[in-house]
Amino acid sequence: MLTIQTPEAVMFWFLAPLSVVAALGMLLVKKAVHSALLLAWVMITLAIFYIAQDALFLGIVQIVVYTGAVMMLFLFILMLVGVDASDSLTETIPGLRPIAITAALGFGGLLVSLIGRASLGHGAYGLTAANSEGNVQGLAKLLFSTYVWPFEVVSALLITAALGAMVLAHHQRTVDRPTQREQAIARFRGASLGSAAGLPNPGVYARHNAVDVPALLPDGSAAPNSISATLKARGDMLDSAQFELSEVDNTVQEEK
Amino acid sequence: MCVELMLNAANLTLVTFSRVNGTLDGQVMAFFTMVVAACEVVVGLAIIVAIYRSRRSASVDDASLLKR
Repeated sequence: MLTIQTPEAVMFWFLAPLSVVAALGMLLVKKAVHSALLLAWVMITLAIFYIAQDALFLGIVQIVVYTGAVMMLFLFILMLVGVDASDSLTETIPGLRPIAITAALGFGGLLVSLIGRASLGHGAYGLTAANSEGNVQGLAKLLFSTYVWPFEVVSALLITAALGAMVLAHHQRTVDRPTQREQAIARFRGASLGSAAGLPNPGVYARHNAVDVPALLPDGSAAPNSISATLKARGDMLDSAQFELSEVDNTVQEEK
Repeated sequence: MCVELMLNAANLTLVTFSRVNGTLDGQVMAFFTMVVAACEVVVGLAIIVAIYRSRRSASVDDASLLKR
């Protein structure tokens, strides 16, 4: 039989309210990035709970797959779309918000009052017997014997999802790809012969190591090639003047 | 993101009950749920990228042009 030890109870009662508050905050916070970070906190808390409940493999997979991959994908897409972009808050379906809140409260009440009181007919067994050879080995025994067919189907699903993402993100070329010869001709007939040998490496003229601070050309103007066009179009380019040294010591001292 | 939260809630229930029942089946089911959720996130976000690329706006509620 399983009895919950005190350290696990303390950890649970400390972390569980924090994760519930974080989940509520994820719904109510105004900025999308804060929302994503609160969800990442919830997932880390869940990973801690899984590890505390003898699901070691699942806890690590939760951190690696969910927090590491899925949440980072969310943040990446948020940054691509623009962190200030927000959906309009008006609902397209009338009366959806009261219906949703009623349904959520009703479902929660049902879970707490009815299903939470269901009894399994036996106490808690704990996983020490099932984990006797190690959690990963126990999972492997089940995964390759009882669950081998769902395992194969899920791996086919993974391959399909990767293919689907590639198909959705693919875009056709509208002009032919320039050949090597065309590129070389364009380089020498370009705006100035100074760029025929290639531009200087990144960092040669840079003023600051942020992507939105442009590098300065020798005459003091900002180099247009040093900033991504998207940032320039959005007006996110900063002025390099704030990063310049106020005093540069030009005197030369003899070393004694 | 809310779908991820719901899936994680189901996973937590599965893991807890696998501990109560003393078998690892609940953990295997939670593992499959995680894999399916990861696939769903990949495809969903690829759809958002495709919509953004063609319309310059990620408000997917506007994609109702097929509706009468």
